[in-house]
Amino acid sequence: MSEAVQSISASITSDEAQARRRRRNAADTRLRLYGIGAISIAIGLLGILILTLAIGGYQAFVQTHIRIQFPISTENVDPENPSEGNYRNVVREGLAALLPPAESPAQQRAMDQILTNNTQFIVRNAVVANPSVIGGALTLEVPASDIFDQLNKGVVRRATPEQNRRVTDQQIAWFDALVEEGRVSTPFNWGLFFNADSRFPELAGLAGAITGSFYALLVCFLISFPVGIAAATYLEEFAPKNRWTDLIEVNINNLAAVPSIVFGLLGLAVFIQIFGLPRSAPLVGGMVLALMTLPTIIIVTRNALKAVPPSIREAAYGMGASPQQVILHHVLPLSLPGILTGTIIGLAQALGETAPLLLIGMNAFITSPPGGIMDASTALPTQIYIWADSPERGFVARTSAGILVLLGFLLIMNAIAVFLRQRLERRW
Amino acid sequence: MVGYLFLAIVIFSIVAFFVGRAAGNRFVTTEGVTTHSLPGYHGAFVAVWVGVPAFVLVLLWLLFQGSVIDGLLFQSLPAAVTEGVTSAQRSLILSEIKNVAAGRIFAEPSPEIAAAAETLNRWQAIAGWAMVVVAVAVMLLALFVARSRLSPRFRARNGVERFMMVLMVFCSVVAILTTVGIIVSLLYESFEFFLLVPPHEFFFGLRWEPQIAIRADQVAGQGAFGAVPVFLGTLVIATIAMAVAVPIGLFTAIYLVEYASERVRSTVKPIMEILAGVPTVVYGFFAVLTVAPAIRNAGSLMGIATSPNSALAAGGVMGIMIIPFISSLSDDALRAVPRTMRDGSLAMGATRAETMTKVLLPSALPGIMGGILLALSRAIGETMIVVMAAGLIASLNINPLDSVTTVTVQIVTLLIGDTSFDNPKTLAAFALGLVLFLVTLGLNVIALTIVRKYREQYD
Repeated sequence: MSEAVQSISASITSDEAQARRRRRNAADTRLRLYGIGAISIAIGLLGILILTLAIGGYQAFVQTHIRIQFPISTENVDPENPSEGNYRNVVREGLAALLPPAESPAQQRAMDQILTNNTQFIVRNAVVANPSVIGGALTLEVPASDIFDQLNKGVVRRATPEQNRRVTDQQIAWFDALVEEGRVSTPFNWGLFFNADSRFPELAGLAGAITGSFYALLVCFLISFPVGIAAATYLEEFAPKNRWTDLIEVNINNLAAVPSIVFGLLGLAVFIQIFGLPRSAPLVGGMVLALMTLPTIIIVTRNALKAVPPSIREAAYGMGASPQQVILHHVLPLSLPGILTGTIIGLAQALGETAPLLLIGMNAFITSPPGGIMDASTALPTQIYIWADSPERGFVARTSAGILVLLGFLLIMNAIAVFLRQRLERRW
Repeated sequence: MVGYLFLAIVIFSIVAFFVGRAAGNRFVTTEGVTTHSLPGYHGAFVAVWVGVPAFVLVLLWLLFQGSVIDGLLFQSLPAAVTEGVTSAQRSLILSEIKNVAAGRIFAEPSPEIAAAAETLNRWQAIAGWAMVVVAVAVMLLALFVARSRLSPRFRARNGVERFMMVLMVFCSVVAILTTVGIIVSLLYESFEFFLLVPPHEFFFGLRWEPQIAIRADQVAGQGAFGAVPVFLGTLVIATIAMAVAVPIGLFTAIYLVEYASERVRSTVKPIMEILAGVPTVVYGFFAVLTVAPAIRNAGSLMGIATSPNSALAAGGVMGIMIIPFISSLSDDALRAVPRTMRDGSLAMGATRAETMTKVLLPSALPGIMGGILLALSRAIGETMIVVMAAGLIASLNINPLDSVTTVTVQIVTLLIGDTSFDNPKTLAAFALGLVLFLVTLGLNVIALTIVRKYREQYD
């Protein structure tokens, strides 16, 4: 007996056994380190992702403006008909008053490049809105064109040799003269939120995309929320257990895993080709997104209905309520916070969805916000895709800024969902 | 006008509700008999009768008005215009008429077209007003009929509940209709495609050059629709993605299940959820802007030629996107192993690593495999990352530093821009979509079956 104990204690204190134990503990530590490494890589990648977006995007939230006094002479603008003046000349005269006169047409063109290409229209709109300035002068803050905006923000470097950058030394000298006079400012870029898309980065904004996404999500919500709740209520509370309802359930689970682009093909072939709905319309986008969100809403609604305790149902039945009254008057209202939480998360997913919207044409170039659900429009993610594909330097920052805005919306929606879950959801 | 009509239907239904409820109230108060249903149900009964038929009628009307008018319009054209035209020319003529009718005139239209445009405008006005008149008539008739059926003993609640039940059944059938819609539309368009391009060429051909001429006067390739390079490219990118995601995701799950304290768990899990919640277009931009140049620079430092849109960049970023799926599904699978097995192993003196590799992982393996298959199906179906970061040209190679294309990239590029539904270029996208749908469906079914089978062992 004591010999056996002795041999065991010898076997676990022997050098061999201790080496074995060290090896096993080392393996344990190794696995732990692999885990820490994996988590650090994942978190690090997320950090790099957010950091590159923030660094790339913050510049697009401010915009270089130049304050210029435009002489509105009656030669260039007819007081009777202010919308049809020679505003190109007006802009040139405004610049000429500040800078040395251009010596050649080429130099004149180089000078024109300082202000955004649409300056003449900006001035025209200001004059049409206020015709009393004709004959006098008008001072406006006009966005600088993209290359000068980049120059001002230091993206286009002065140290680069002249032939490798898009602004000439002469243009830089002019711009510096304007800076010296205190005419250049970089205020917050409200245009990013209130302008629609444009070929010129300095004027491009997200207004059209935000409106389009709003309409698409509205349609998506109006379809998927009632249909999802009705379907979930039927499946959870009323459906008999038979082959049909099994089929529906398997179907819903599979739909949740179908690639989003396939829904885009469905929208293209059915909604646009067969039903004849307009291309690029938020209505079609919303309908496709609704079909994608439906499985999510059905699944969360069923879980929320399941969470309501049987005592509620039994009490209602005891008072003589019909099965539908039990559900409509008692069970559904009690599970509504859970349903809403799930719906908001589903809508947040729909907001970020891009591929199906590309197929139904919501990546068109449209320079005004849509007026309704049948107008052609873009959406936030497709606008990001369009900008990411645009070659101009200024669109790189715009894309990052657009992504930050999109992520901001997602963050707000998820925060609302978390708030609802914590404040309203009841635990039994 | 359609918007106002829907508004009118809603208002009519609300009015009908109050009419019915007032009737119900009268039964209760004045006639002094016991009623079967509460007044609200009388109101709802009338409202359903008034609103629903009119709503369905208007929807159907809108659905068929366009094609009916198109057909009538085409028949009304003189035979000289319509003789022997193909379906593409037919739709061209119709869209020209519509453009002229809407006032978008680019060139002086021929007299036949101008006349047809005028007819179209007239008919559309007639159809619109006819719809309004019919809808209002239906609503008034329904109001009258429904109202006349109300009586103290009338079972209004049963009527309303029967309607609600039908509505709920219809809503749950929407899921099936969606699947049927997907399958039918993909099959139909693919069938058209396989009439133009034989299936064996599509499935076994080694050359994919879909950029063919749409108009006769365009200069373009002859077109080749052998999809093998596209399938291979998809496989390459999905493999890279899985190579990134599986180890990171699995080790994350192992750490969270076995080693992490509650505090670490409650911080890491939300971060993983953020990773899963980032829209794919954002990952795509990240791949283009940061990862692809980084890989290129690294490649040129080591003197290796890398393509600007290498498979490695697209696949790697896709892997990042998939990490949270693998980690959360493996986490669930590991956690589903009964606690007694884990405790038994630890009590026998096994270290935590030994418990993990010899007990937990083997018994959670089916669940983890299911999760990996689900993640693979996501990787194959993922679109935006590859559209932005992978190449467009289908080449038959498996070098991760070279540019390859995927099924989803080809679907998007084939369907952006000119889409006419009778040339193989557009239809090829649907054939690819069908393959994509079937493959992902197969993977999902296998994954769910594995997971379900495994669950039954311990329940």
